[in-house]
Amino acid sequence: MTDPILTIRNLTVDLPEGGDRPHAVENLSVDIAPKEIVCIVGESGSGKSITSFTTMGLLPKALKPSSGEVIFEGRDVLKLSAREHAKLRGSRMAMIFQEPMSALNPCYTVGDQIEEMFEQHTSLSKAERKARTIRLLDEVQLPDPERIYSSYPHQLSGGQRQRIVIAIALALDPALLIADEPTTALDLSTQAQILHLFKELREKHSAGIMFVTHDFDVVAEIADKVVVMKQGVIVEQGTAEEVLNRPKHPYTRKLIDAVPRRTGSVNAHMAEKHKVMEVLDLNKTYHSKGTMFKPARTVHACKDVNFIVHRGETLGIVGESGSGKSTLVKCLIRLEDPDSGSVIIDGSDIAQFTPKLLHPYRKSIQIVFQDPYGSLNPRRTIGDQLVEGPCNFGENRAHAMERAKKLMKIVRLEEDALYRYPAQFSGGQRQRICIARALMVEPEVLIADEAVSALDVSVQKEVLKLLNEIRDEMGLTVLFITHDLRVAAQICDNLVVMQNGEIVERGTVDEVFGAPKHDYTRKLLSAQPGQGWVVPDIAKLPPVDPALLESPMGAF
Amino acid sequence: MSDTSLTSASAKKPDAVSKKGKTPAHQLSPRAKMLRRALRHKGLLFGLFVMSIIVIVAIFAPLIATHDPYAQSLLARMKPPAFMGGTWEHPLGTDALGRDYLARLVYGARISLLIGLIAATISACIGTFMGVMAGYFGGRIDLLVTFFINVRLAMPVVLVALAVVALFGGSLYVVVSVLGLLLWDRFAVVMRAATMQVRKLEYVAAAQVLGASLPRVLFKDILPNVMNHLIVIFTLEMAHAIILEAALSFLGLGVQPPTPSWGLMISEGKEMLLFESWLITIPGVALFFLVLSINMLGDGIRDVTAPEGRN
Repeated sequence: MTDPILTIRNLTVDLPEGGDRPHAVENLSVDIAPKEIVCIVGESGSGKSITSFTTMGLLPKALKPSSGEVIFEGRDVLKLSAREHAKLRGSRMAMIFQEPMSALNPCYTVGDQIEEMFEQHTSLSKAERKARTIRLLDEVQLPDPERIYSSYPHQLSGGQRQRIVIAIALALDPALLIADEPTTALDLSTQAQILHLFKELREKHSAGIMFVTHDFDVVAEIADKVVVMKQGVIVEQGTAEEVLNRPKHPYTRKLIDAVPRRTGSVNAHMAEKHKVMEVLDLNKTYHSKGTMFKPARTVHACKDVNFIVHRGETLGIVGESGSGKSTLVKCLIRLEDPDSGSVIIDGSDIAQFTPKLLHPYRKSIQIVFQDPYGSLNPRRTIGDQLVEGPCNFGENRAHAMERAKKLMKIVRLEEDALYRYPAQFSGGQRQRICIARALMVEPEVLIADEAVSALDVSVQKEVLKLLNEIRDEMGLTVLFITHDLRVAAQICDNLVVMQNGEIVERGTVDEVFGAPKHDYTRKLLSAQPGQGWVVPDIAKLPPVDPALLESPMGAF
Repeated sequence: MSDTSLTSASAKKPDAVSKKGKTPAHQLSPRAKMLRRALRHKGLLFGLFVMSIIVIVAIFAPLIATHDPYAQSLLARMKPPAFMGGTWEHPLGTDALGRDYLARLVYGARISLLIGLIAATISACIGTFMGVMAGYFGGRIDLLVTFFINVRLAMPVVLVALAVVALFGGSLYVVVSVLGLLLWDRFAVVMRAATMQVRKLEYVAAAQVLGASLPRVLFKDILPNVMNHLIVIFTLEMAHAIILEAALSFLGLGVQPPTPSWGLMISEGKEMLLFESWLITIPGVALFFLVLSINMLGDGIRDVTAPEGRN
């Protein structure tokens, strides 16, 4: 094997006082060779981003590396001055960020932004710079490079922007490419293309790639080597084949076990077929008024949507961004008024109800939102927010509080939590609080709008399990909205696939996944990362080496 | 009130520190966290301190002033303050009519605070109402409110105030109401933007889905979360109103003599500027400290309530 490009030895980065642990990263050692993709995996807060920032010299001021070395092309970058480091950045090492929407400057054309790299680091003439830029755009497989060259970021889609960011990173053929969750914010099919692009780049350029991610399926798709981190410490590292199929450390095993997969449990819990909600020919269009500079636009966010949900069923609604899932949800809970069609619940069509008529039916449909941080009011205690619903429907406050206490137990939180504020809870706990809040009014239908998308896999698994249990115990009906097919496959009984506001396919999970009929569904399924990887059955693996269990990191 | 909260908190602090550092920040309620930040913020403490002195002086004016602020004594005109060779009979000297300057300054604090508080309160009510409505409902209401804000911004405050006072005659009430009706623009602008931000958050949608009525959403979910902006603007506008009152009084169109007002005192002293400079300096310094303390208080509150917005 060739010499590594990047060698990190015993790196320790201290956290400022008052943090939850003394070091952001502790005693970290990693090697990255040319033409190698090293995936750093871990849950949020595991220190994976800190590792990449340290290498790039982009650490926030409050954090200081206290020991260890980061050797890049024979030099320890920790000892470089800010100016020398800046010279390396861009030319020898480059970074790709998670959020393609904010990584580009909206004031300049993307061509200018790529050319800036040449301007900063080389002495090429203007014509040469442009030629190189066009060649780069071609290399990252953007259609019509000339047109893209003079486009502004807002004129491009998320996937195209991420390609531009990659082009900027590749401009000077760096020896090291650091990608920090580069596909997390993208749709499945875009993600598949970008991952493919990475694999190609590894072949064409001799760069080593440090790929930070939380998703084991992405790891399975592209990694050569895997580094698993937990709370700033590497718990396991090895080749991808080794770590994915024969994980040694209990933490790695737990993470791999939490990767959502089709479980194959068939609707055993659905004995009776009792219609709870029926949606008929629901339509919603958005009109944007034309101005002098742009023509008027009409978007069909929902086009003739029909479906029926039975008691005790979990219906998954899947689709990529812009498929009309969110609009559908907003129409169902009547935050938006549908243009036409009906939503029949308890025999009444609530789609066209006035707010006053609607009020009693609000109880029947409840929702858990995606963002665990935005969905709880930071200035009210949990208890206060939980009893809000019942109080709005005339229930006695003390009585509602009693029920809130019971629900806290059901969602596995302490009663004490009712007197605390949202800031004191983690994302997963907040999402459980949101579920409890929705259940307080005893709804018939619970809509989970991307309810687990923002959570770490292991937390995700717990919340999904909780949702399943609650559904079975309370006879609840769940509408599960998600872009993640794996999660949908794990929890849903029936699936509805949406594209451009229309339902293009429906059926049981086995039908849709086993024999997809529509092209779009097939495209979605084939875009899934990590298809070649069969998740090992953790129970059948050899027992954990006792030495690992004894170390403090092994225990939970 | 501020004093009691200060002492109880400072008494609590040392024992929190002694137990292996501090209680981790995430275990505190938002209020306790804010208090902890407040106690570390020097500007806020300074503002609070100066402000409370002025408020106490204004409240207990009759006890502090040894003379009647209106009583003239032509025999004791233009006595210099005690530190400039005067006597302790008149610690801050007397003005051109022989009125005790300390008494006038102390009673003048009442006028300044009163005008600041009332004018800012009226403005806050108007501006918050308009801003929250515009931010929450958007659409036509937003257009209308933005139009009103633009109209208001196109009017020069001092000129309008001068015209109104010239029309209706100057008095405390006229000045307070004119200022109150003119200073709402910043409230409206900031409240509108803040409400728009909060309105998009999912807890507002969740409250609607849980059947909360409109007033309930506004008072429980929107207002508490824009309150910190409101307090900051309130302090800024209060200082603004006090300065404007002083300016109007200085021009002779504000509070009418013989009412003791700091602006008026500066105005009456201006003829003596070269010979008896303290006639202007004393109310000027008082005004400076009042406005400074209010502004520091406002900045402090902003830093403490929304630390992520600090620069």
